[in-house]
Amino acid sequence: MAKKKEILRGAEIFCRALEDEGIKHLFGYPGGAVLHIYDALYKQDAIEHILVRHEQGATHAADGYARATGKPGVVLVTSGPGATNAVTGIATAFMDSIPLVVFTGQVATHMIGNDAFQEVDSIGITRPCVKHNFLVKDVKDLAATIKKAFYVATSGRPGPVVVDIPKDITADSCEYEYPQEVEMRSYRPVVKGHPGQIKKAAKLLLSAKKPMIYSGGGVLLSEASTELTEFSRLLGYPITNTLMGLGAFPATDKQFVGMLGMHGTYEANMGMHHCDVLIAIGARFDDRVTGDLEKFCPYAKIIQIDVDPSSIAKNVPVDVPIVGDVKHVLTDLISTLKNEKDKPDANALKEWWNQINEWKALDCLKFDRTTDVIKPQYVVEKLWELTKGDAFVTSDVGQHQMWAAQFYPFDKPRRWINSGGLGTMGFGLPAAMGVKLAYPDETVACISGEASLVMCIQELSTCLQYNTPIKILSLNNRYMGMVRQWQEFFYSSRYSHSYMEALPDFVKMAESYGHVGMRIEKSSDVEGAIKEALALKDRTVLMDFVTDQTENVYPMIAAGKGHHEMHLSSDVDRELA
Amino acid sequence: MRHILSLLLENEAGALSRVSGLFSARAYNIESLTVAPTEDPTISRMTVVTSGSDQIVEQIGKQLNKLVDVIKVVDLNEYRHIERELMLIKLTAQKEDRDEAKRMVEIFRGRIIDVTENTYTIEMTGTGEKLDAFIEALDDSMILEVVRSGVSGISRGDKAIQS
Ligand SMILES: Cc1ncc(C[n+]2csc(CCOP(=O)(O)OP(=O)(O)O)c2C)c(N)n1
Repeated sequence: MAKKKEILRGAEIFCRALEDEGIKHLFGYPGGAVLHIYDALYKQDAIEHILVRHEQGATHAADGYARATGKPGVVLVTSGPGATNAVTGIATAFMDSIPLVVFTGQVATHMIGNDAFQEVDSIGITRPCVKHNFLVKDVKDLAATIKKAFYVATSGRPGPVVVDIPKDITADSCEYEYPQEVEMRSYRPVVKGHPGQIKKAAKLLLSAKKPMIYSGGGVLLSEASTELTEFSRLLGYPITNTLMGLGAFPATDKQFVGMLGMHGTYEANMGMHHCDVLIAIGARFDDRVTGDLEKFCPYAKIIQIDVDPSSIAKNVPVDVPIVGDVKHVLTDLISTLKNEKDKPDANALKEWWNQINEWKALDCLKFDRTTDVIKPQYVVEKLWELTKGDAFVTSDVGQHQMWAAQFYPFDKPRRWINSGGLGTMGFGLPAAMGVKLAYPDETVACISGEASLVMCIQELSTCLQYNTPIKILSLNNRYMGMVRQWQEFFYSSRYSHSYMEALPDFVKMAESYGHVGMRIEKSSDVEGAIKEALALKDRTVLMDFVTDQTENVYPMIAAGKGHHEMHLSSDVDRELA
Repeated sequence: MRHILSLLLENEAGALSRVSGLFSARAYNIESLTVAPTEDPTISRMTVVTSGSDQIVEQIGKQLNKLVDVIKVVDLNEYRHIERELMLIKLTAQKEDRDEAKRMVEIFRGRIIDVTENTYTIEMTGTGEKLDAFIEALDDSMILEVVRSGVSGISRGDKAIQS
């Protein structure tokens, strides 16, 4: 049945295109250049607009939403300052390959280049931190450009896409048709891996005596947790996850040796150092993971699976590269392995596991449980217990982020939501809000530090307005703890500007935003407080935990060191002696 | 090592800045860069001369391919190829110098394309080395202005690099 095409204005096309794309939530903030669009939003009810309190909050909230659901996050901001405020969030999503589509208003086409009011070159400013960006120059291109933006953002290696829309385009009108499909001759992501390479990988894996599986955020982006778990179980090899990959393999499984890298476990890092065959799956050999490249995996032959060819052999030479979508490649690799006559070397594997279990026995994450001063690790551990390991947990950046990663073992994908690549303080609270909007019935916690938390604290208003009852656990050490830790280790304890003076009363702050505030000062009160907060199902609660100021994150690999050269906490060193 | 990369890209506003931005953001070398539309007006051809270790040049190729506007990237070093550069050069050529200048242009197979009482303007194509050699052969004080196009390259034989 041929439908007669409607004539719509650009602003209406914008709304209809989002609706046809299946978008439910739009995070935004109005301004002159997008007022036609806001008027069109007013007249429809297919899309819920979430009014944030700062454009950075919009991008982080959309990002959290995308990380939790796998669907693209969508943002609308005005030109000039609206766009520049969004940049931090765009860069955050870019570094972690998160699909976002960010619409920026722009001054009218004929004004571009004239230093018009609230004009900024949004395309130029965002170019280095987007997967791609588009300037719409004709209303007739608007619908097709929106379709392309979603396609590029969500396919291949995902990432943020910016669409810059001049104001006159939103006033112009044309026939509306939303394309069913996109075809771009210059953009064709690879999906299937090369069968010859997969066969080589299978042979190499089966020849291993000391294998390691190292997987990253790519597994989550590719929705390949089931395949990763099947693959790991089939071989019985030890598996470690990057900070971005936590939850892709059940962390409470005995094959899991913890996170690797700068603050990874002793067993994961030692396993990396001593392994003879390493398979990297959707992981990009980030410097926080590898430590000194000269000392990285000195004995290993390396297999790498990645959808982005430029991620392969970028930092570390690779013996068997496989370009392809992780889910497809793992599926093929599993069936290839099943068809091989050879099986993993059971004796060698037994010895390898004995070695790993010896490393594990060191209990590198041990901390002092005897004091009544609140240990930050203990707070995270209690949260894990009381939420039965099943909450969505966002975090900010710093020590608390590492403790969250170490002490909240995630058994399911997309539950751990943090800014790994850019390390953006201020991410946690708006991201939690975005997750809660996507999953109103789930428990969503934000583990933060008192310095990070205030960077986007204004979003507490948004939480109230849209009723997103999240639980914020602020590990308040009155320091920018991670900065303080580096200053203690590398600058002879000269704590230059890392002390948080003149902190607000967080309880009153929460209350003034219409939420519940709690201050917890003793270890023995931690459990009760978290229970109480979780019981307040329909309230956002800010828990201000007054924690040990001197606690450090261990293990730690300092700059220029290898995986086998970790600092361990004094509690653990004592055991070694 | 020096590499000549030949790219086909969408003839879109901003495509050039995506490529040049990539080189500066990732601290890759760029010796020269030329770009113009092809027989298909929606596609531009870009030739980039760069240098770096094999590993770096491989990364450059991959990063260029990743740009959404880039259709194809070929390292001409992997092919038998021809490279040419165009130079326009303006020389002072007064009475007594004119014959000498003319002889040099002939030796290097250039052409005099504009003449005034005091100057010759010369057009010359060739490899970069040849153009360098011509400049070296001239007396420095004669040179008024040098304009070079940067390198263009094409593969030899039947094989064509197409989209
Ligand atoms: C926007 C931003 N600015 C600065 C930094 C550098 N930085 C990393 S961790 C950190 C301290 C964070 O302090 P806090 O949020 O209190 O967490 P803690 O380390 O104490 O747990 C800083 C300043 C950053 N990551 N992001």
